Order: sequence, then structure tokens, then C-alpha cells
Amino acid sequence: MTEFLMLSLVPMLVAALAACACALPGNFLILRRQAMLGDMMAHAVLPGLVTAFLITGRVEGAAVYAGAVGAALLAAGMTETITRLARLDPGAAMGITFTTLFAAGVVLLETTGASEVHLDVEHALYGNLESLVWLEAAAGPGALTDPAAWAGLPPELPRMALILAGLALALALFRRPLVMASFDPIHAAVAGLPVRLISTGLMVATALAAVAAFAAVGSILTIAMLIVPAATARLLTDRLPRQIGLSLLLAILAGAGGVVLGGYGPLWLGLGFSVSASGMIAVLAGGMLALAAIRQGRSTPSPARPLPKTGPAPYKPPMS
Amino acid sequence: MTDALTISGLTLSHDGLRVVEDVSARFPAGQLTAIVGPNGAGKSSLLKGALGLMSADAGEVRFFGGALAEHRARVAYMPQRAAVDWDFPVRVIDVVLMGMHRQTGFWRPLAAHNRNAALTALDRVGMTDFATRQIGALSGGQQQRVFMARALAQGADLYLLDEPFAGVDAATEAAIATVLQDLRDRGAAVVAVHHDLASVAARFDRVLMLNRRVIAEGPVASSFTPETLRQAYGGALPPILAA
Repeated sequence: MTEFLMLSLVPMLVAALAACACALPGNFLILRRQAMLGDMMAHAVLPGLVTAFLITGRVEGAAVYAGAVGAALLAAGMTETITRLARLDPGAAMGITFTTLFAAGVVLLETTGASEVHLDVEHALYGNLESLVWLEAAAGPGALTDPAAWAGLPPELPRMALILAGLALALALFRRPLVMASFDPIHAAVAGLPVRLISTGLMVATALAAVAAFAAVGSILTIAMLIVPAATARLLTDRLPRQIGLSLLLAILAGAGGVVLGGYGPLWLGLGFSVSASGMIAVLAGGMLALAAIRQGRSTPSPARPLPKTGPAPYKPPMS
Repeated sequence: MTDALTISGLTLSHDGLRVVEDVSARFPAGQLTAIVGPNGAGKSSLLKGALGLMSADAGEVRFFGGALAEHRARVAYMPQRAAVDWDFPVRVIDVVLMGMHRQTGFWRPLAAHNRNAALTALDRVGMTDFATRQIGALSGGQQQRVFMARALAQGADLYLLDEPFAGVDAATEAAIATVLQDLRDRGAAVVAVHHDLASVAARFDRVLMLNRRVIAEGPVASSFTPETLRQAYGGALPPILAA
């Protein structure tokens, strides 16, 4: 129990919070068919993080998030420029942008002193959940109710909670314009909504969530948190509020469950090692998506599946 | 009286190609105007250009004598049905409520009267029974009626409709035609891109015939003639009207 509190509780909470923070913008990336944008943000924030570190000497705090948002905006600008100048489709332009920026981040890490401190390439790629230990919990379960012990909690935990709360608040405030601009951007523009600003806002939200997840699971697997829970939830319902709720539930399951399975799964099987928590989170999320897809495949035809663009589609009453 | 929409000398390009050249037209209140012309004549582009969705090379557009920004609440636009993702997880009533965003506000919970107004709009197109269905579960004609209801819910004075009758069933065509006449009778200006030349005379009061430039503009009786049709369509005139 004590060992669990010390080694697993905080990673579980941080992973669950990060996955929720990612799932919120992820729902809209899925609906807008911009999953690639999530991948771009997950990678493009790295040079922003490194630059922020080089300037402030810290790997935490507002500067890191400012750096990440700056990198996100730079990535968006690069994508648009490449699309226009090289006459490429946005997907290809994003691919060029995020690999270039991520590579620049890696080079920056290696050539500066940054990698000797907290940021190193391996952590950037695979995350660092396992390092979030709560030493004060060594005293036993009493630490859970002891405010003095809370002070020793890794700062990642309150920071992640803050990011999630901020994203949830933004979504609650701007849900109507966001849905309007996502469903029918042309109509929204005529109605006077700042469609471009809304897109940028979603991108910034994605970048913030990506930074949050980045610290937990690393950049490669951040995309899993951004996309997979939301994509799974999309398969399970045709109501947007329910989809968002389900995606949060799945995010918690994958985040917390991944940490537990990564840490204890092999031991339960009698194997004397543990595996990467971030890897397990992504595997778990992928497994959920597979299950949802199989269930979906069995219950055809369902309104959740893409319907032909033209012609009447059979109506199927919602399952109750 | 000021026209609902006045276009003067509008020129539009897309990918470096001229799609609309020096078009001037007026769309008065209380009139149903059809924009007709062959494929590629720039009919949809004209609407998009007027609404600022395409940047203009030249020309001026006035809504109720002023800029669009001053009169957005009075202008409803219905894009082509194919322009949106009908797999989107929203219900019919949610789409209609999007037309009422000025009344519903950004974040306030929906009031009962908002919901009732949306249901009233759905009732006018005969879609009340479908209010809580997911939009992807509708037929093409039903989707078009939902779009129409969204425009109605806005309570505008100028309706710009991009092919409201395209690919719809007979019931939908009748429902939309009735709604448009009703709007006209209440003094609204209705402008619709229209493909079916055979129904122009029955459904509309005025015609803007376009083939990148204005071929004819005015009441159907004087502007929708074999001569103007020949000018706009050339040899491609549908047999039904060639006679």
C-alpha cells in the first residue's frame, strides 16, 4: 500500500489528468478531421520547450507553456506558408513542419546543455511518469489526509489539474461557437463568428494539452492521448455531450490503468520486471478503440458510421 | 426603398481564374430572385463573394444600403448541403439553434423560448418530428429542410440560398417553395441559386442570368426569354426550353 502511494498514485493521477486535458480538444480535432494537427502539436512543441528552458533555465512554469504555444503558432504559420508556397496539401505541409520542428528540438537538446539537466531526448520521446514519486507517502496511508505530506506532492500534479481546469472552462464558455464553426464554418463565418480565431484557439488549447501530456508520456505517445479516447467515444455515441463525457472516462481508464498495468502487470504474470507506463497507456487506449470498432462493426447499420453523402439513409432509432 | 442587396461591378477570381466579371445586380425586398446560368457561370461564387467568403478583385456590395458587418443579423445564408459533414454528432434541433446564436448567446443555458422558436422553424418545413434525431440519419431532402429551418430560425430579412432545390425529393421541394413564398410575402428578399430552368417561372419573380457576366436581370417575364437563355447557355440549352 505504502509503495503504491509512493510510486503509483501520483503517476496514475497525472496520467489521468493529462489524458483528460488532451481528450477535450481531441474531441474537436476528430470532428474537424484534423487529427494530424494533434500529431503536429504533439511534436512541434518540443523546440518551444527547449527554447523556454534555455532562456529561463527551468523545465516548468509559465515559460514552458508560453514556449509551447509560441512553437504551436510558429508551426501553424509554417504549415500555411508551405501549403501556399509549395502548393502542397495541408497534411503534407504539416508532416514537413512537425518533423522539421521536432528534429530542430532534438538537435537543440543535444547541442545545448539542456539534455544534462532535466530534459533529455529519451524523456522527450517516452515521457517521465515513473519519476513522479511521492516521498512523503513513505509514512503510510496517513499521508493521504496529512496536509503537510501534500506539500511534498510533485508539482506536476497541481499543474496538470490547473491545465485541465483551464481547458474545461474554456470549452464550457466557448462550446457553442466552437461547435458552430466546426460543423459549418461557412455558415459560422457569415453569421459573424471569428472562424479563424476559433481555429487558432483550438490549436492553442491543443498545444497546451500537448505540453501537459508531453511531460507525462512524451511526444510520441501524446498523439494517442489527443486522439484515441475521443475517436473511441465517437464510435460509441452520436451525441456530442455524451461523446465528450465518454472520452474523459476512457482517458481516465487508459491513463490510470496504463500506469497500473505498466507497473504491476508483468509482476502479476510472474515476471520480474515492469514496462513503460506511457507505452501501456497507449496500448490500453488502442485496445479500447479496437473493442469499440468491433462492437460498431457488429451493430450495422448505425448512424455513427459515415453515411453516404447523397441519397436517403436508413433511419435507425437510437439505442436506449 | 433601399434594396436588400446591391452588387456593383463585382469581379472575383479563384485560383487565378476569373469566375465572375463586373457583375452588377440588385435584389429588392419582397421579391424571389433566381440566379441561373450554366455550370461554371459563377452563381455560387457570386453569393460567396457578396458575403465576403471570397475576396473580391473589384466591386462593391451593400446590404440594406450598408456593410455586411452592420447587418449580419438580417442576412441568412444557406450553403450547399454538400458543404458540411453530415456525420457530425449533432441533432436536428441543435443545427436549427445554430441559426439563433444571437438569441441563445455563447454560454448561457438554453431557454425554453429558444427551444420553442427552433421547433417553430422546424414546423414550417415539416420536420418537427425529427427534432431529436442525429442529422446523419436524415435523407438528403430532410437535411436540406433542416438547413432551411436554420435560416428561418435566424429571422432574417435577406435569404441567400445556394441551390435549395438541388437533389431533393418532391415533398421537400414543395415544402421549401412554400416557405420561400411565405418569406417573400412577409417582405423578405429571397435569392436562390437555381438549376432547374423549367421551374424558374413558377417559383420566382425575378431572374439574374449569369455567365460570368450578367446576361440579363429583371422580372422573369422580360429577362427569362429564349433570347437571354440562348445568350447564357449557348448551344447547351436543355431541350425542354429550346422549343
